[in-house]
Amino acid sequence: MAERVFHKSILRNEDPQILAGKAQYLDDIEIPGMLYAAFKRSDYAHARLKSIDVSEAKALPGVIGVYTAEDFGDLVKPGPLQVPPPTAIKGATYASRTIMPIVKDKVRYSGEPVAVVIAESRYIAEDACDFIYPEFEPLDAVIDLEKALQPGAPLVHEDLPSNEAAHVIQERGNYPEAAANADIVIKKKIYMDRVAAVALENRGIVVNWDDKAQMMTIWCGTQSPITLRNATATRMGLFENQVRVITPFTGGGFGPKINTSMPDDVLLTELAVRLNRPIKWYEDRRENFLATTSERDQVHYAEIALTKEGKILGFKDVFYHNSGAYDSYMMTVPLNTQTHTVSNYNIPSFYTEIFMVFTNEMVVTPVRGAGRPQGVFVMERMIDAAARELKMDVAEIRRINLIQPDAYPVSTGIIGQDFVEGVLDSGDYPTALAKVMEMIDYKKFREEIQPKARAEGRHLGIGICTFTEGTGVGPYEGAKITVGGNGKVSVATGVATQGQAHYTSFAQIAAEQLGVEVKDVKVITGDTGAFAWGAGTFASRGATVAGTAIHLAAVKVKNKALKLASQILETPESELELVGGFVQVADLPDKKISLGDLASKANPMRGTFPPGAEPGLEAVAYYGPPYGATGAGCMAMILDVDAETMKPKIERLVMVHDCGIPINPMVVEGQVHGGVQMGIGNAFFEKVFYDETGQLLTASFMDYLFPQATDMPPKMELGHTEIPSPLNPLGIKGVGEAGAIPTPAVFTQALEDALFDTGVEIMESNLSPSKVYTYVQKAKGA
Amino acid sequence: MTQLVKINVTVNGVSYEREVEPRLLLSDFIRHDLKLTGTHVGCEHGLCGACTILFDGESVRSCIMFAVMADRHTIETVESLGTPDHLHPLQEAFMEKHALQCGFCTPGFLMTLVDYLGDNKNPTDEEIREAIDGNFCRCTGYENIVEAVRLAAKKMAAHS
Ligand code: FES
Ligand code: FES
Repeated sequence: MAERVFHKSILRNEDPQILAGKAQYLDDIEIPGMLYAAFKRSDYAHARLKSIDVSEAKALPGVIGVYTAEDFGDLVKPGPLQVPPPTAIKGATYASRTIMPIVKDKVRYSGEPVAVVIAESRYIAEDACDFIYPEFEPLDAVIDLEKALQPGAPLVHEDLPSNEAAHVIQERGNYPEAAANADIVIKKKIYMDRVAAVALENRGIVVNWDDKAQMMTIWCGTQSPITLRNATATRMGLFENQVRVITPFTGGGFGPKINTSMPDDVLLTELAVRLNRPIKWYEDRRENFLATTSERDQVHYAEIALTKEGKILGFKDVFYHNSGAYDSYMMTVPLNTQTHTVSNYNIPSFYTEIFMVFTNEMVVTPVRGAGRPQGVFVMERMIDAAARELKMDVAEIRRINLIQPDAYPVSTGIIGQDFVEGVLDSGDYPTALAKVMEMIDYKKFREEIQPKARAEGRHLGIGICTFTEGTGVGPYEGAKITVGGNGKVSVATGVATQGQAHYTSFAQIAAEQLGVEVKDVKVITGDTGAFAWGAGTFASRGATVAGTAIHLAAVKVKNKALKLASQILETPESELELVGGFVQVADLPDKKISLGDLASKANPMRGTFPPGAEPGLEAVAYYGPPYGATGAGCMAMILDVDAETMKPKIERLVMVHDCGIPINPMVVEGQVHGGVQMGIGNAFFEKVFYDETGQLLTASFMDYLFPQATDMPPKMELGHTEIPSPLNPLGIKGVGEAGAIPTPAVFTQALEDALFDTGVEIMESNLSPSKVYTYVQKAKGA
Repeated sequence: MTQLVKINVTVNGVSYEREVEPRLLLSDFIRHDLKLTGTHVGCEHGLCGACTILFDGESVRSCIMFAVMADRHTIETVESLGTPDHLHPLQEAFMEKHALQCGFCTPGFLMTLVDYLGDNKNPTDEEIREAIDGNFCRCTGYENIVEAVRLAAKKMAAHS
């Protein structure tokens, strides 16, 4: 029997190369004759571009060209929608106004490009930007989400009647009736503010047009190489196979790198052909804050209706979602908010209404969590408000409302980002809650530790929240597996990798079937020359959807190998097994043939080829789930708050999580760690701050606080419940966003509990010591 | 045209004589002139630590220095540590503790830590966190990096 390699913590194939500094990232790519691009960006958030003088910039030695909207002709039009509109939802209305490659007459966010410089070096290109003189007529900026919808508000898109980008209502049961029958109804206004994804590697692109071969090669750390290829080919009138997109090693994605048809890829592919020279653009950190998409700002008006025993009868949530200046990514984020607000609790009546709003801020697209943290924050804060009102324990009120483990599958009645009605496929939420309470010693904390600390004047608080993570959504992914003459295995899939260990976890899936060592499986992700079908890396779907396709392809290759070996070894297939790179007779391990020899024999050079046969030890498979697999979990946190400085210290953080059967538990824990860090940032350190004129005040690491090693808890104590998803043969669910989802809710709850003596109630995230101080002063009536 | 300045720099034991613009960042010199692309650039304003190198044996941020400042100095980059087949004990520890995901921050951590562990053979967890506080990582949440440093300290003690 071959050793099992699936569901095992195996060290990563990719690490030695990365650790030795030999992995190639985007800005490491140099091609002879390469030119460099820089963008001149608008300082205004909302303004008419009256004129632009580029003559001085053009005259600078080393500048090849300076281009404005008028140089791009027909290219200057709204780009394609990245995500379809919500037509699957009855009554939904929307206006699609997609990203423009360059400003023609009106600027809609600060940082929108008004010109692009191509020069012999990046230094010269950036110099030239300072010699470009645009003339603007400033307009009032649209910033406040609610004011934006009032009559008379300035319009981001003047051809629309208002700044409303979309409106969606979804409901189940009957909320007004639930509220009428309830013992109490609580209403609150809740905010979440904006965070940046802050992948440590900025965005960038290298384009090379080979005029003789009529082939374009694009290197880009995109999360969606196939979309980039297809959009480029369509726009340029090329066949898809004339464009090859290669994703090099990529320094983190976390959402924003999903976007294509952005100013950079649209304009630089055009200029690379026009100038017939390779072009590179690598964003700097300021540009990353200004002009790479970000997410989270929403304002919610929530209502919860309960019995006096704490049973939730209904929930109502009307919210405003900031779409930024354009809405190319449509409603993925706010729909995720809708589906994650009440998903893990038994709530018969639910009414949820989205107003999606255009503003003069950077475009909003998913950032790790993608709308889910907001839904969970709103729900969990409302449950805490109810517990306070009913004088109930916060863990107990959650326990009595959770969906029970025998209820699956549970239809939610709410349509999600994948445009199918939500179904919870599997899970066990009460066990996760119970485990977390045990791990953090909840009872002891409440009965002994906290009273003692309070008696000593310490402000020690606990938070405990539950959540779900919709993952692994459709439509589909595919994979091609090939055994080489060298006996090693190549796996190619369309999703791209930004650090999630796909080179190892995907290899484990293939190796498990083919009986080879994990290090002998070479995984190729995000190279359209190697595999050209699929949707991309988002919504924690790589492992679930592409992973399943890889499994299915590996099974096909295995069956091919068994069939051929059975002929050669003259042994029935049922007596053969794949072990250590060989197909061998189970009882006579000396009778065997190597996979490499089989691969060669599967590709006959002379003789006949039977009808219906396919050459090579190779197979392609595709997988599309009927709906996404839902992960879930519970998190608790103990905070020690210094009541003078309002600085919180995370004493303990415990999380129990279910992502089905983990392919590589070590990698899963790593994903959770990173997500939690982002969640902590979201709760307390990070905030993308636009002032009322639409100026971004946080465009560097001096102003945007990035969670550092000393900001984190001493240890993230993790537990798992492994409930296999019935939706795929491996039983896997995604995990990429789990850590980021509950953390702001838990943190805020623990903070309130720590400061209980002030009576403070905090209904927003993205806090800071000064903000907490203001809250406390207000609560004290000072 | 800007005047070029001649500099003499020893990087990873190799001495280079180059002509550079006075404004050329040391990080760009290392990455683009010398083609040692293991040193990464994450912010270019001295905060994230991705560009950390050893300058005369001390860890510094190469994005807030000019190449001309390296004239007649000695530099070590991540390429000086180990090869994929023969990793340095610190690199081994990072691999064994899953202390990297996308790996973009990793060279900066390694160069900060070879310097630090050279002076601090047996640091506590709090000391390790202080030592890496100036290096940003978005993927790992730092916990596995702390564990890797602990393991590396042991490995390096065994090697010496
Ligand atoms: S790139 Fe030098 S500190 Fe960030
Ligand atoms: S491993 Fe990605 S930033 Fe550290």
